[in-house]
Amino acid sequence: MQYWPEVTLHVVSGKGGTGKTTIAAALAITLAKGGHRTLLMEVEGRQGIAQLFDTPPLPYEERKIAVAAGGGEVWALAVDTEDALLDYLEMFYKLRRAGSALSKMGAVDFATTIAPGLRDVLLTGKACEVVKRKEKKQDNAYDFVILDAPPTGRIARFLNVNSEVSGLAKVGPIKSHADSVMSVIASEQTAIHLVTLLEEMPVQETLDGVAELEQADLPVGGIFVNMTRPPQLNTQQRALAVTGQLPATQIETEIARSGLTPSKKLVDVLLAEASDHAERVDLEVNELQRLTEQGLPLFVLPLLPGGIDLGALYELAAIMTAHGIGEGQ
Amino acid sequence: MTLDIDVILTDPTKHIIVCTGAGGVGKTTTAAALGLRAAELGRNVCVLTIDPARRLAQAMGLTELDNTPRPVPGIPNGSLSAMMLDMKRTFDEVVESHSDPERAQQILSNPFYQALSSSFAGTQEYMAMEKLGQLRADDSQWDLIVVDTPPSRNALDFLDAPARLGSFLDGRFIRILTAPARGAGRGIGRIAALGFGIFTNVLSKLLGAQVLADVGNFVAAIDTTFGGFRERADATYALLKDSGTAFIVVAVPERDALREAAYFVERLNQDEMPLGGLILNRVQEVPETGLTHDQVMAAAQKLTADTTGTLTAALLGLHAERMEIKGRQKHLASRFTAAHPSVPVQPVPAMTQDVHDLEGLREIGAALANQEISW
Repeated sequence: MQYWPEVTLHVVSGKGGTGKTTIAAALAITLAKGGHRTLLMEVEGRQGIAQLFDTPPLPYEERKIAVAAGGGEVWALAVDTEDALLDYLEMFYKLRRAGSALSKMGAVDFATTIAPGLRDVLLTGKACEVVKRKEKKQDNAYDFVILDAPPTGRIARFLNVNSEVSGLAKVGPIKSHADSVMSVIASEQTAIHLVTLLEEMPVQETLDGVAELEQADLPVGGIFVNMTRPPQLNTQQRALAVTGQLPATQIETEIARSGLTPSKKLVDVLLAEASDHAERVDLEVNELQRLTEQGLPLFVLPLLPGGIDLGALYELAAIMTAHGIGEGQ
Repeated sequence: MTLDIDVILTDPTKHIIVCTGAGGVGKTTTAAALGLRAAELGRNVCVLTIDPARRLAQAMGLTELDNTPRPVPGIPNGSLSAMMLDMKRTFDEVVESHSDPERAQQILSNPFYQALSSSFAGTQEYMAMEKLGQLRADDSQWDLIVVDTPPSRNALDFLDAPARLGSFLDGRFIRILTAPARGAGRGIGRIAALGFGIFTNVLSKLLGAQVLADVGNFVAAIDTTFGGFRERADATYALLKDSGTAFIVVAVPERDALREAAYFVERLNQDEMPLGGLILNRVQEVPETGLTHDQVMAAAQKLTADTTGTLTAALLGLHAERMEIKGRQKHLASRFTAAHPSVPVQPVPAMTQDVHDLEGLREIGAALANQEISW
């Protein structure tokens, strides 16, 4: 295993629209290869996993949703704050029954409203509970947990539960729960990955996110560059296209040879598209350079022509494997 | 059905435009471009943005987050001001304007108030609405306000969060928490009262007794000073329903963004809110050449086989790729249109670069109003 040999908790974040749920799901499949059992978790109540795997909405219950090479299994869980709170009350106070009576009265909503940090510590706490099953050698343990986390703008605050609850509780059960969560999240057991596109805004947000995570001493894993398109023109052709120096007459002759009817209109369209394309690729090269300078593992994934479905997830997983993630090779 | 945005922008009875949609679809940029275009069509516009990217803020001359509209220089016709929302500051101002200095100080220094005003998930939405209400009330300065919605978990939060925060602050739990003896005595009945006993007990365990005490003090302090939060949220909700408002839903031609847009359109219909139309950003424009995708691909392949035509083969390959992307996007858009045939749609071509200055915004504004996009 080339990357992150110590890591059991993979947190995936990214700007909205970059495909972080897709990447989290593909990573869960990748890591399951070779007979491993992985759990893909979501915490924002969007049912993104169910939509991606084309299954009915997931309940608060671990369910097997896919398989991987070598007997690997991918399980999924949609964590709900209310259920996570009931779990917590049961685990620490044996208060599940009282808890569910309260939740019927809307009290749980009330509690998490008073203390927004409480919601996050319950959600991250659930992920850490699953991670710890392995140490405790429990039957329902997973080899890897992949958390589809909130977007880049909120990720450091979401994970840094300690500072979130510190204003709330300096001592007491919530504080010690937060401490135990941090002992997993801020350790070498965890890697936080950021998903981006090769566009200015998402790249900037990724760089800001990396800085923020490092500032908070949270372990950054890799950067996943999603939905890239290979350049259709080579470097030399692009240089000519940008300056409007592509040979129009030659193109016209070649069009005639291709079996199409050459026209000024067609040549003009092709030239305009070439210059637009060249400009875009130059920009992307520039953005990729900015990401490379971070010195973090960088994984470039293509835009898949057919859109994202279950087959596409396996395609992305194959590329991740080829990049050296997991032990599928 | 196409959307003619200039009709909305120049309609003197329209005073509010709300841009909404999933994250990452270009909402903020669209709001800024609409504001600039409206100003140049002669309106006096204020653009209220929530969390603009640095470059976009600079393009509008916003260098600091100071919660006050700043005039944007270089507008020949009407006028344009822009501001970034500072939610904590807005909340503080609400408190200050509704209570005497001593009581205001009491509220502002309450730890629970500080947590609520800076990190509660619905506060940003509530304060965006609050600020919108304030700007609208000051109609001597602006006759059109363009507002961008906060980057929520989903676009509907924008409509629901103010009411949620309002009913939370005015709600039964919080009342009873602040006066447990009175609450247990009447109305809610013995079983519920027993529930509340456990409730406060559990809450104290979770949060600590100090937090509950802070909540109690906070509610007692705001109670006597100004009207219900829910009432204020209701008033802004009514403002949004008014025919002087137009919602512009922003999306990109991708499955998730269009699904979110469809949810929002359905919700606006259900609540009888005025929908202006859908703006579809980042569409792949391909000029018509009379050729099919297959013809272009076949020609490109023929040239690739014959090694001297590689440049043109590459150009045709690029053209074919664009045709394919456009085809896929149109397919997704047609599914949206089939489900919502009465929603006017305006496609906006993908821009190569992000916006860096007013000129860039102006170009986007022109694209938003262009009735002849070849898509």
